[in-house]
Amino acid sequence: MIRVKFSALAFAATALVLASASTVLAQSDAGQPNPPRQSWSFSGMFGIYDKAQLQRGFQVYKEVCSTCHALSIPFRTLADPDGPGFSEDQIRTLAATYQVTNAEPNDKGEIFKRPGTPADIIPRPEAYANDQAAAATFGKAPPNMDLLAKALKFERGFPWFVIDALPGFEYQEMGADYIHAILNGYTKPDDLQWNLYYPGHKIAMPQPITDGAVDYKDGTKPTLDNYSRDVAAFLSWAAEPNLPERKRIGLRVIIFLIVFAVLLYFVKKRIWESAH
Amino acid sequence: MSGPSTYVPKSAIGRWFESRLPLGGLMHSSFVAYPVPRNLNYMWTFGAILSFMLVAQIVTGVVLAMHFIPSSTQAFASVDNIMRNVNYGWLIRYLHTNGASLFFLACYLHMFRGLYYGSFKPPRELLWIIGVIIYFLMMATAFTGYVLPWGAMSLAGATVITNLTSAIPLVGTSIAHWLWGGFAVGGPTLTRFFALHYLVPFIIAAFVGLHVWALHVAGQNNPDGIEVKDPLRDTVAFTPYATIKDVFGLSVFLILYAWLVFYIPNYLLDADNSTLANPLTTPAHVVPEWYLLPFYAMLRAIPSKLMGVLIMFSAIVVLALIPWLDRSPVKSAKYRPTFRIFFWVFAAICVGLGYLGSQEPTEGLALIARILTFGYFAFFLLVMPILSFTEKTKPIPISIADAVLTRTKTVAAAAE
Repeated sequence: MIRVKFSALAFAATALVLASASTVLAQSDAGQPNPPRQSWSFSGMFGIYDKAQLQRGFQVYKEVCSTCHALSIPFRTLADPDGPGFSEDQIRTLAATYQVTNAEPNDKGEIFKRPGTPADIIPRPEAYANDQAAAATFGKAPPNMDLLAKALKFERGFPWFVIDALPGFEYQEMGADYIHAILNGYTKPDDLQWNLYYPGHKIAMPQPITDGAVDYKDGTKPTLDNYSRDVAAFLSWAAEPNLPERKRIGLRVIIFLIVFAVLLYFVKKRIWESAH
Repeated sequence: MSGPSTYVPKSAIGRWFESRLPLGGLMHSSFVAYPVPRNLNYMWTFGAILSFMLVAQIVTGVVLAMHFIPSSTQAFASVDNIMRNVNYGWLIRYLHTNGASLFFLACYLHMFRGLYYGSFKPPRELLWIIGVIIYFLMMATAFTGYVLPWGAMSLAGATVITNLTSAIPLVGTSIAHWLWGGFAVGGPTLTRFFALHYLVPFIIAAFVGLHVWALHVAGQNNPDGIEVKDPLRDTVAFTPYATIKDVFGLSVFLILYAWLVFYIPNYLLDADNSTLANPLTTPAHVVPEWYLLPFYAMLRAIPSKLMGVLIMFSAIVVLALIPWLDRSPVKSAKYRPTFRIFFWVFAAICVGLGYLGSQEPTEGLALIARILTFGYFAFFLLVMPILSFTEKTKPIPISIADAVLTRTKTVAAAAE
């Protein structure tokens, strides 16, 4: 009994110290709020991407973000049925509108450009020849967006980082929340590079998108909130296209393992009867 | 186990093989007929779990190595290729990264079991030391493996840890340059770390073989810390008794593994590692993976670079000295009430150090880290020796069989 009491005390004491230490740390960046948690169609054990949302998100990327940000994924992935689910014809037409540098020179030894095919990678923005040229304009090179949603994080402190792992409470969408927050965080109209959610509040990217910038064809309201949601979902897909398949397989695996473990437990009990 | 194997093959081919290479007999005497104390609890299943995880890591690792390109210009893109284009590449990659974390979780539970029940005491000192060697090799493997994706944190982590060698007086900088293959962590470092990362798991496998051999010579320890006196009363055969317990324990562990891999695969992955390494930028917070955090906290707690490195390495070396620090004749903490309290405090210290390793070192936190580091060493260098001689232990049962029977009697009495 004393063992349980003391160890419980030891752990409670440690937890208290850590919790108070972490509340100090969570607020250590003065006035730096964490991106608010949004609800996404792909969160939770059964969440998957919303095809229409991803298609709108791609439209936002193409019309607004692609001016400066590369998205180095093959065109054919846009036809992914678990993802945006464009048709083959749509992808072929889309790819053909881009001029892609051929990997090999032609017979005369000249490097040439040709219309894109679905197998090609979406070309980098033409505005900047390379990262250094891009950085020269704004102070920092616009990051490649193919893994951007996975590369963004923020501290949640104790006990949140424990709860974020638990079934039912899992939180894997920090990137999407961050992107949504940044796009909505330009709260000072007189300072184009001030962002509420960016660490240090000074972001190299001036506000890229406002209400009405993109014409949605499916009737969704053309508001900044919708644009930021759709593009965040699209970028989440671009970073994690395996999510729907992963969760599908995962459900079957976990159900199998739980049933297997229960059966093994009863077999174990049966076997050990003869030892007692 | 002692004496020649009692295995008699049933088929003629079996007998032909057995007389030339007695593998069957070895497997039989090690994993079928091998006597196991009958009072083992589930903390003894982690050996089997660790063996499984080692095989899983090697299998997933070899498959990844078929697609991974160990060059600083292509590593990051090759991992991206694995994630997007290779059939089930995302699954193999997530199995490997999360498998490493679970490998360490099982290892820590295995080590804490050893500390609590005195599994390091005579005649198992060498078994324990081989275990410490395996632990150190695991850390080397994990460290080199983390560098391979060539993300921002890979580069930062490699720089921090390899820079530690420059703390050695006189030859330190030369050693660092030799390790790096240059004047900073770069392409050559990545390629050689890949070679090492592929090699060391097989060295671990060899030491695991020695570990199991040493174990089978001494026999298993047990929760009551009493040696086997009468094999007929005190032990059961490995198969089916321990086999089924190990498999059940493994299946529960696999549920946790599956949860990580399929639903929260990026939970333990640092987001900064999804950005390509850039020697001109360093991530805001440089942290290693969770299993290395306590040592990272110790390293940062000490103001002097050389002392920090020495303290960090001593923290692992001191583990190998435990059989000579804790001399209490009573093995199991079940019968050592004072040691038990200090054990749980030590466990809390390790968790605390781990947490501090993940935070930015402010003045206040650095002080707490120093106190906890002192507590870590005090547990081994002060508490263990002092308690060895001064502790008032509870009376231990006469034999394992008696311990089991007393327990079942108490349970039956309580049920009435």
